[in-house]
Amino acid sequence: MQLAVRLCGYFFNLFEPLFRVGQRWLGLSRLGWLFVAPNLLVFGLFTFLPILINLVYATTGGVKLMPLERPFTGAENFAILLECRDYFDLQSCRKDVFWRSIFNTARFSLIQVVLMVGLSLLTALVLNRKIIGRGFWRSVFFYPVLLSPVVVALIWKWLLQSQGVFNAGLVAAGAAPVDWLLDAGWAFFWTVFVSIWAHMGFYTLILLAGLQAIPKDMYEAAQLDAARPWRTLRRITLPLLIPNLIVVLVLALIRAVQIFDEVFVLTGGGPGSATTFIVQFIYQTGFAEQIHLYGLAAAASLMLALGLIALTLAQLRLTRASTAGQKAR
Amino acid sequence: MLTTISKTGIAAAAAAMMGLSLTAHAAEIRVMCYQDGVECEVTAAQAKRFEAANPGTKVVIDTVPYKTIVEQLPVQLAAGQGPDIARVTDLGGLSKYYLDVSAHVKDRAYWETNFGATLPWLRPSAADKGIYGFMSQLTMTGPYVNKTLFEQAKVALPGPKATWDEWVEAARKVSKATQTPAALAWDRSGHRFAGPAISYGAKIFDAKGDLVLDDGYKTTVNKFVAWHKDGAMLKEVWAGSGGSSYADSIGEFKNGRVAMVLSGSWQINRLQKDIGNAFDWVAVPNPCGPAACSGIPGGAAWVALKTSKSPKEVGMFLDFIASEANYAEFTGKTENIPAHAGLAKKGVPYPGATPAARAALASFSAGVASLSPVAYQFQGYKFNRAMMLPTVARVTQAIVGEMSNDEAMTKIGADMADAVKQAQK
Amino acid sequence: MRALNFLTRTRGRQKLDWTDWLSYLYLGVGLFTLFAPIVWLLMSSLKTESALSQFPPSFLPYSQKTVQVAGHDKPLPLFTVRQTDGSLREMAQVRRIGIMATLVDPVQPQQEIRVNINDRKPVNELTFAWGNYTDLFAKFSFGRYLWNSVFITVVATLLTLLINSMAAFALSKYQFRGQKAVFLLIIATLMIPPTIILVPVFLVINSVGLLNSLWGVILPAIATPTGVFLLRQYMLTIPDELLEAARMDHASEWRIYWKIILPLSAPALAVLAIFSVMWRWNDFLLPLIVLSRSEYFTLQLALNSFQGELNTQWHYLLAMTVITLVPITLVFAFLQKYITTGIASAGVK
Repeated sequence: MQLAVRLCGYFFNLFEPLFRVGQRWLGLSRLGWLFVAPNLLVFGLFTFLPILINLVYATTGGVKLMPLERPFTGAENFAILLECRDYFDLQSCRKDVFWRSIFNTARFSLIQVVLMVGLSLLTALVLNRKIIGRGFWRSVFFYPVLLSPVVVALIWKWLLQSQGVFNAGLVAAGAAPVDWLLDAGWAFFWTVFVSIWAHMGFYTLILLAGLQAIPKDMYEAAQLDAARPWRTLRRITLPLLIPNLIVVLVLALIRAVQIFDEVFVLTGGGPGSATTFIVQFIYQTGFAEQIHLYGLAAAASLMLALGLIALTLAQLRLTRASTAGQKAR
Repeated sequence: MLTTISKTGIAAAAAAMMGLSLTAHAAEIRVMCYQDGVECEVTAAQAKRFEAANPGTKVVIDTVPYKTIVEQLPVQLAAGQGPDIARVTDLGGLSKYYLDVSAHVKDRAYWETNFGATLPWLRPSAADKGIYGFMSQLTMTGPYVNKTLFEQAKVALPGPKATWDEWVEAARKVSKATQTPAALAWDRSGHRFAGPAISYGAKIFDAKGDLVLDDGYKTTVNKFVAWHKDGAMLKEVWAGSGGSSYADSIGEFKNGRVAMVLSGSWQINRLQKDIGNAFDWVAVPNPCGPAACSGIPGGAAWVALKTSKSPKEVGMFLDFIASEANYAEFTGKTENIPAHAGLAKKGVPYPGATPAARAALASFSAGVASLSPVAYQFQGYKFNRAMMLPTVARVTQAIVGEMSNDEAMTKIGADMADAVKQAQK
Repeated sequence: MRALNFLTRTRGRQKLDWTDWLSYLYLGVGLFTLFAPIVWLLMSSLKTESALSQFPPSFLPYSQKTVQVAGHDKPLPLFTVRQTDGSLREMAQVRRIGIMATLVDPVQPQQEIRVNINDRKPVNELTFAWGNYTDLFAKFSFGRYLWNSVFITVVATLLTLLINSMAAFALSKYQFRGQKAVFLLIIATLMIPPTIILVPVFLVINSVGLLNSLWGVILPAIATPTGVFLLRQYMLTIPDELLEAARMDHASEWRIYWKIILPLSAPALAVLAIFSVMWRWNDFLLPLIVLSRSEYFTLQLALNSFQGELNTQWHYLLAMTVITLVPITLVFAFLQKYITTGIASAGVK
């Protein structure tokens, strides 16, 4: 402990003169730039620059890695991705797996976000009650959030494989074993289930905090008016919870659209392309195939990023409108 | 507690820095190796002997998963980074990164005599005459059969000239009698798939030497999908993944869930270790189709890479492990088929091989003669993965019912053309 | 009666009604759903490879008993065999050829009987296959992977705390032109899934020369937008008067940051630290592309990479999974109060 304190002291003394000088040069308010500089530097180098490089990839073709060696092709990659003989038949598209993955991702995000936020809300409401050992229960629900996606996927893969414990239970009960991960419908169900299993605790905690921030006198007033619990929920609890719900919905949607690790380990995108989501398509196109189509991968990722930004903005606008509506009432 | 950690940290950092300064003077060559059995361990032992014989040169064998070789190495090489030597299977695809070490090997004639048949596989173009490395093994795809299950079911093993249909029928009977989940399985690999395809008459290449999908290929696809639909094939292997990721069926074979698998000779060591005495297993000759009874040759090669900073030491090390004595030791311990012409004729002692492994090795070695010339051509073709990977992805989609067989064929063709076109840009 | 009263006592004065029972039922179901898979993982990781392929699986780890028989140097596996008179006898198997097994009485090894393999059943005993774990340490230079993971996690967390708090300080306590743009830019990066910029990040790391180095995994990850956002929200609540007072005492801005802001932000810093530990410990994609020399592998990388090789060697895979989740579990167990209250308060603000 002593060593740590002394190290901190050295560190402090190291940088103080730098900032004193900086203060004299930049003046007080612009000193903020100096503080934000390291973060911006790392971010610029390792996030912003790669995004720009991605733009270069998206507008070039060929299979070379170095951007400058690639032939310029303009919007050809985007054209390839969007080329379809009949827009109502996914099969007829040139990159049918791309379209399938978008469709899968949309379906997944919608179902998973609604279910997960609903379950988180329910759990938060339960945890908000007068129960014994609330801290313990909170930790129970939060624990899976800490596990890495690979660990989560392996645990469930082990449970669901054809000789796993789920099928053992079925056989013991006299039923036939089910191909949990080999059937398109079930595989999709399990991707939703496992991702909710792994992430619900995080959102539960945020909603719980929101619930606990609602002043108690609100409830007392409602009780005085002999309001039924359902009414209290609808008129008092939910409206006051809206800010937290917005945060949860936005974060959950962003995460759902970006899902990759746990699904990749759990199903590999299979069976066929039933659980192939958009990020996996990008990974496969750019990394996993022998002939690396970096351009296509970059074009697809740009489209994903734009789509995600549009989705989030739309979501924020919608929720702002509903909040305004609520306030007006 | 923090103090001890900080102290350990500082000590570790100091040690690392000392280590760095020590090795800065010696030549160090890094070898990126993957193994199915014990290939990297055997090579590491040989590397120690090389270091003893050549003080001043350090050889580091990096054992990495196969996935790293397939996915990370090409990207690294494209970025100008990478090890000095690697054990690779995509011989043609990576050929532009190979380093010619003919100037650094002791006896060129030795290389030409013993590795002459397979050296062209490593050359970027037909006219090139350089030495870029050598095959660490010669492998062949072929089936393994669970003899014990056949005995329990009282079904006789089909003969050496039996067709795929006859084998599937026999395996089906065995599966029914012994209640296994399925009759047989093929590795999830376009490379494995090509063997039966060629046997069914697929020409793979057209007159111009480009990849083509013909009726023979289509027949194989149709049969394969049908075998899945009627339950003969174990669904897990192909349908259990998406995209074109590789999955082998040996695990299912080991656990006795199928009576027969289509895999390859590199699994012999693993089978010997993992099955032990649980049941009797044999390697059988490749079943026949109307055109051939062929598997696909292949193998992993040790290649020198352009990213190396010590070409001379690389040449010396490759020379060392390619020498007859060391190659024989490697082949014997890893239970592979040698790609060394001299040793193939002389025969290699396989110490530690069980009778089952020996029999399997003999069966595969004998099968080399029935390899179709198309198979050799396919193995050596630079863009063969342009055909192999879409086959896996699209046939899986047909198996799970996402598309019909005809659509799958069309898509394979389209994906293949796209990939080759981009690769030639 | 007393016990029941104690168990059903709530903080209020009312007795439990049906909604309370329902709540506890829900929580119980939640506990089971969330922890049963992990318990199953633990039990399975202690089974031998052959025990893992048994179907149906048993909860406790069993393995076939072996017995030392005179005249044989290796212990022989034990089976129960049904005799012709209907009784069961435990016998050791000497060899198996085809579908006939040759068994002997362990006490009287001269007498051999031959039995069809379908007519014998293995004798099992409770065995904890610790070998799964020890083998991993021998096979995969596990200690090395562990050290790499720990190093990356600790250093990255310290750096993250430092530069994120500096940035948050700047964005909350200063007014400078372009501030809002900087903030929005940082938040917008949440929209970019890391997979998407994988190849370009690889190029950048390569050109900076950090490939195959632990720093190549540490540096790109320390400018987290979530961290900046979290800390900024918290720092906004620190009263400006404190800073003004310090400035009047001629304290430098660095001193203000170091001696006032940081200590006051301790709860938020603790939350960010915990998140950072979790993220870096579980990092998989970035190490995947940056580290290809096996001596630099992290635990998650080893787990995922060897997963393909070991895709049917579940006994190693399961043991590896348990090892990977033990450290994070320990951190969680010790700090769970901070984690859950910290996130709650950060979320509220």
